[in-house]
Amino acid sequence: MLWPLFFLMTAIHAELCQPDAENAFKVRLSIRTALGDKAYVWDTNEEYLFRAMVAFSMRKVPNRGATEISHVLLCNVTQRVSFWFVVTDPSKNHTLPAVEVQSAIRMNRNRINNAFSLNDHTLEFLKIPSTFAPPMEPSVPIWIIIFGVIFCIVIVAVTLLILSGIRQHRRNTKGPSGVDDTEDKCENTITVENGIPCDPLDTKGGHINEVFLTEEERLTPL
Amino acid sequence: MEKARPQWGNPLQFVFACISYAVGLGNVWRFPYLCQMYGGGSFLVPYIIMLILEGMPLLYLELAVGQRMRQGSIGAWRTISPYLSGVGVASVVASFFLSMYYNVINAWSFWYLFHSFQDPLPWSVCPLNDNLTGYDEECEKASSTQYFWYRKTLNISPSIQESGGVQWEPALCLILAWLVVYLCILRGTESTGKVEQLANPKTWISAATQIFFSLGLGFGSLIAFASYNEPSNDCQKHAIVVSLINSSTSIFSSIVTFSIYGFKATFNYENCLSKVILLLTNSFDLEDGFLTASNLEPMKDYLASTYPSKYSEVFPHIRNCSLESELNTAVQGTGLAFIVYTEAIKNMEVSQLWSVLYFFMLLTLGIGSMLGNTAAILTPLTDSKVISRHLSREAISGLVCLISCGISMVFTMEAGNYWFDIFNDYAATLSLLLIVLVEIIAVCYVYGLRRFGSDLQAMTGHTLNWYWKAMWAGVSPLLIVSLFIFYLSDYILMGTLQYQAWDATQGKLVTKDYPSYALAVIWLLVASSTMCIPLVALGIFITHCLKKRGTAAVA
Repeated sequence: MLWPLFFLMTAIHAELCQPDAENAFKVRLSIRTALGDKAYVWDTNEEYLFRAMVAFSMRKVPNRGATEISHVLLCNVTQRVSFWFVVTDPSKNHTLPAVEVQSAIRMNRNRINNAFSLNDHTLEFLKIPSTFAPPMEPSVPIWIIIFGVIFCIVIVAVTLLILSGIRQHRRNTKGPSGVDDTEDKCENTITVENGIPCDPLDTKGGHINEVFLTEEERLTPL
Repeated sequence: MEKARPQWGNPLQFVFACISYAVGLGNVWRFPYLCQMYGGGSFLVPYIIMLILEGMPLLYLELAVGQRMRQGSIGAWRTISPYLSGVGVASVVASFFLSMYYNVINAWSFWYLFHSFQDPLPWSVCPLNDNLTGYDEECEKASSTQYFWYRKTLNISPSIQESGGVQWEPALCLILAWLVVYLCILRGTESTGKVEQLANPKTWISAATQIFFSLGLGFGSLIAFASYNEPSNDCQKHAIVVSLINSSTSIFSSIVTFSIYGFKATFNYENCLSKVILLLTNSFDLEDGFLTASNLEPMKDYLASTYPSKYSEVFPHIRNCSLESELNTAVQGTGLAFIVYTEAIKNMEVSQLWSVLYFFMLLTLGIGSMLGNTAAILTPLTDSKVISRHLSREAISGLVCLISCGISMVFTMEAGNYWFDIFNDYAATLSLLLIVLVEIIAVCYVYGLRRFGSDLQAMTGHTLNWYWKAMWAGVSPLLIVSLFIFYLSDYILMGTLQYQAWDATQGKLVTKDYPSYALAVIWLLVASSTMCIPLVALGIFITHCLKKRGTAAVA
């Protein structure tokens, strides 16, 4: 009498939990990658713990406090280790909506990871994106601080050099070199033709140097 | 009485200034790339031959001209022949273009340097996306170092047409870079020296070109530096020393670069393998740890034969990992310095330290070369009596820095990196070849080789070696002419010019054509420095004719 019922239940269970079934999620574990030599073997006890963690997460959702471990169904466990799971309602006739399961898992992701000594990368819930911790941003970016320091140093150095240059220039112009400047100016009248300051060697100091008169002969035709 | 020309405190300052100018970023990121492209160690053969035939003679020539004429580039060439002052003008124009875009590299180095004081390094992790569920999309498709370079540093636009606005962060770094340059050149020669005390046929063409540009010939910087020498200075010895040190720095940095390449290639290869293993493990639900690097290939065949349909689904996503292809990704230029090197650094222990050291080194190299560039511009300006009478040296330096800084803000726009590439490829390449060719012909045939030789003997006391005479008169001009013809024909034959644009949606570089106004800018860049030579010669010829006609009319 009970056998047909039993077959019926397992058949329903089989229907509820299938790869790509409605509200089913695939889970993938990379235990050897995470733990290396200390990797544990994935057996039915580990599966029990997983179902317990999922049930725990669902119980934290309001209105789902009555979720039991037996409501979490696992199927298609592979060597990888990967499997599919669904969470059914107390009547075990249909599965809980994916959105609820998703948000429940996301809230308790850390606890689930820690239970298996894994992290977000080695315990993957496909289609349930994990929330990354936001990076710690200081109020003032570090680079601006360093930039400010170097900028101020350079500005101070430039100002000091310019001021000392001005002071030196003032000292020089008061001194005897003032005489030299006027001498220099009288000797070299600068002729400007077509905006190009011409200071050709041949008319230095107002005297024409005979040597350079024969320009055409000196220059080989270009 | 002429005002005394400022001089180097001692010959060592001059040597250091030249070395610091010649040893620049090109030694770090161009030479190793060329070595890799043209056969590794065997590239050294054409490189050294070109160094002897072309590099040293031309370097000695420029130093000798500067030391003999004791003026900047414009004055020096005007002394040789008034018609040739165009050569000096062309050098100054080329130097101006160079200083505009070169300092942007220093700005980037500052940016990376300031960001090296964080844990973790900002280019080692991808930022999270908006709802904190994963990493930023662009960063996932590319890599974290590429993302940091293209998005955080440049904030690059998808093409050169979309200029975007000036980005304030790189603009600030650019202002700082120019302030540092101004600080160094403020006091003139004396301060520059002291700061430094605290630097197939394609193979041969590349070697010749590399030597040429690596030594910084034709910009007028070497003439400017040498013009502050005492006439009795032995510039022959210095020319040899500078060129040898420049080349050994190139070779040394390629050793370092190759080890960095090897590290990065190994790391990426192992990463690629683990990604493929993960993909296969997940698709076929194999046991974790079953697939390893050693059994990957036979297992792939096994899986292909056992589950053909599923394998064919997965197959397009499987990348062929090969150490060879990782090693063959040769990169040069800013891509090498800011992407490849940072990628290698982020995987090292104590990466903050290596990062700080590396970018400090880039800054030292870059600023050293910038000082040479600015000297090439400032020396003719301060030599000119018209300008130096009205403005002090500090004011001239300040004005030059301000104008260059203002114009180079273009490179901090979103499309700025594309304009940077234009300047980098075209501003100085062809024009410099022409400038140096005219220089060498001017000295040998216009001024007269014999006369120059006797001038040098009177100055330094050494007779001119037959080797220098042979190189100056024959070999070097021939080499430059052939280089010039090659590049000119290469430009003409290439047709439409193209550039690499960063596609944010795909996370990689794509090739695009330049729009017409960008092509116009390219032609303008090349023309404005090359045309100086004939135009100024023509101008002076006309003024002389007018003067002669004027005097004839008076007579």
